[in-house]
Amino acid sequence: MFRRANGEDKKGMPSIEETRAPEPDSGPPVDPQVAAAHWRKTSNLMWIMLAIWFVAGFAVHLFAPSLNGVRFLGFPLGFYMAAQGSLIIFVVSLFWFAHAQNKVDEEFGVQED
Amino acid sequence: MSGAAKPKDPFIASLGKIYAGYTGGFAAFVIILAILEQFGVPSRLLGYAFVFLTIAVYAYIGIISRTQAVSEYYVAGRRVPAIYNGMATGSDWMSAASFIGMAGSLYAGGYGALAFVLGWTGGYLLVAILLAPYLRKFGQYTVPDFLGARFGGNLARSVGVVVLITASFVYVVAQIVGVGIITQRFLDVSFGVAVFVGLAGILVCSMLGGMRAVTWTQVAQYIVLIIAYLLPAILMSVQVTGVPIPQLMYGFALERITELEGGFRAAGQTVLAHTAPFVTPAGAFSMPAAINFFALIFCLMVGTAALPHILMRYFTTPSVREARVSVAWSLFFIFLLYFTAPAYAAFAKLEIYQNVIGARIADLPAWVENWRLMSPYGVPWINITDRNGDGIVQLAELAIHPDVVVLATPEIAGLPYVIAGLVAAGGLAAALSTADGLLLALANALSHDVYYKMIDPKAPTKRRLIIARTLLIAVAIIAAYTAGSIGADILFLVAWAFSIAAAGLFAALVMGVWYKRTTNVAAVSGMVVGYVVTFGYLLWSEFAGFSFVQLFGAKDQILAAARQVQALAGSTDAAKAAAAALLANADAVRDGALAWLGGLIPGMPTDTVVLRGRVTARLWGINNISGGIFGVPLAFLTIYVVSQVTKAPSQAMQDFVESIRIPRGGVRLADRREAVE
Repeated sequence: MFRRANGEDKKGMPSIEETRAPEPDSGPPVDPQVAAAHWRKTSNLMWIMLAIWFVAGFAVHLFAPSLNGVRFLGFPLGFYMAAQGSLIIFVVSLFWFAHAQNKVDEEFGVQED
Repeated sequence: MSGAAKPKDPFIASLGKIYAGYTGGFAAFVIILAILEQFGVPSRLLGYAFVFLTIAVYAYIGIISRTQAVSEYYVAGRRVPAIYNGMATGSDWMSAASFIGMAGSLYAGGYGALAFVLGWTGGYLLVAILLAPYLRKFGQYTVPDFLGARFGGNLARSVGVVVLITASFVYVVAQIVGVGIITQRFLDVSFGVAVFVGLAGILVCSMLGGMRAVTWTQVAQYIVLIIAYLLPAILMSVQVTGVPIPQLMYGFALERITELEGGFRAAGQTVLAHTAPFVTPAGAFSMPAAINFFALIFCLMVGTAALPHILMRYFTTPSVREARVSVAWSLFFIFLLYFTAPAYAAFAKLEIYQNVIGARIADLPAWVENWRLMSPYGVPWINITDRNGDGIVQLAELAIHPDVVVLATPEIAGLPYVIAGLVAAGGLAAALSTADGLLLALANALSHDVYYKMIDPKAPTKRRLIIARTLLIAVAIIAAYTAGSIGADILFLVAWAFSIAAAGLFAALVMGVWYKRTTNVAAVSGMVVGYVVTFGYLLWSEFAGFSFVQLFGAKDQILAAARQVQALAGSTDAAKAAAAALLANADAVRDGALAWLGGLIPGMPTDTVVLRGRVTARLWGINNISGGIFGVPLAFLTIYVVSQVTKAPSQAMQDFVESIRIPRGGVRLADRREAVE
């Protein structure tokens, strides 16, 4: 949006013009109530992601000594989780997050156009 | 961005072709060198070819990407597509520490070193969820720009700059050490000279084109480094298991390692179990090992989300949406290397355990001699000393410095020399790309935040870019000088950088976006508290560990520390005399004045250990590479508490925060003086 107002970013300027512009020019105003609802949903998604982060990043590895009793393709499971399992969870959840957050933005009509 | 507002940029549209051609060219280059090797071209020349030709290509990209436009220089014109920004971030991120250091640490430390693997990936969740989209929406040039605009101007900006400079400088020194290690071995020059050769390569990439040149060079460097990392791992996997998927097959290598370890133990030798979590070399459960494991993961993750050279990469995407997707791509490209590193380490270890231990010293191949050259740490990279004089290599007689495992493994595994050259080119790409990103972050902070925003806001564009380039060279030379004269453990320096950035910047950035009531005073005091506590702790515990334990330690730990000081070869005479005096009068020694604080957690006493040739202190048993664990929570707490007792931010500021949170629309700056033209 703020590039569009400015023509294009061919000249590459993210330009201050829009920040200096009077408020009404800085895009169609978003209704404060919509903004608040959008932020609530965004925050919920944030907490879900933080929970995934905490479980895959820390909680699972607390049990590494006992998980190591299980073998999987020759890997002790506790070692596998730290070396690969959690990493896969991180990557997949990030792509999911990008998708989910876009959905949230579109639901409230606050996505970039 | 609507379709209409986004005309097809011919350069962006042809990126796929450009980099596909580049990758093909690189593959052809490697194949040609492999053929030349078969025809007997000396390996020294192959080493030169790899080092010089790859640097020449990066330099070429750097030169054709030169620019005079400010926004091209600082944020690559904000038109880097998500996937390419992901690759560029990948190589910006994966430094000498990831490429050279990590598999080596895994080799030496087994499970314990997986903290690096976890910590350096999981942090991207924090980047994507908490910061990147909002900083992109804010849409200016640097991280201190955000601090300045959100927290009332130059004070917050300057504190941000100080933290940024400290963290990035420590980090860049580590990268230059990495560059030095590689060029030293493959060009056969001294470490000091090697550092400056590498530096020339770094500068030529970033100086003319700033962020634009760095971005496109980094994509090229990513391609080289990922090929260079995967190929030897695949070849070793084929050698050992017959299947070219190292990431799946190293389970069997792990099983075999465990068997061999059993054999060593049966023969009465001590060996750290490779896959066992939280144990001492003797095999007992160790609480400090567990606590340090989690503390390190925490610091590395939070540090990821606070390092300015990474955050500023997300300023270059065309939109908020692309910034988010770009974080996911970044992590994917990083993941490709990180989930291979443990495989690399396992195959290397198996190779050594099977074919080197127990071999006759007289029969060992040439690589032992090749790598017996002196490292900057004062010990040879690889050393075999026949202590019992039986002419056979025992486990305890082989010393390999972790930083050399990756570089030496292709030779150890008997792969063609061209693979060793390829790995060197990859390591160089990793170190150069990170050094580029860091130097740019440093120079931008000085030229944009200090010079332009604070000293001379009316400076014309041309002068600003000249200043930016001059500062880039100056910072690079200072960093190279420091690297050449100090030379230190790569992983350790890098971990420090993470802790410093985490404690100094993370809380203020996150609270600035997520907690509207955060006030200027609160943010500044939070940054200062986090930075001072963490950096202070790092310096004090590392360089004056004995005095630290005298204040925070109980009597027993103080006496133990005194004994360590006495026994340590590197202690000064004065320190030894002081320790001796203390021990001579041991009955008079009392608990430190703050021993109650140091002994707050049962089972985790404040003590000292001998690391890196120094007696270093550990508050609550936590190694100082995880020093951020103290600073980060304190910074959050300070910001929250001070925000409660200071006057709430103005309505204009609250509107500003609102406008950052929503992808649509422009950003409303509370203070227009904070805007960038």
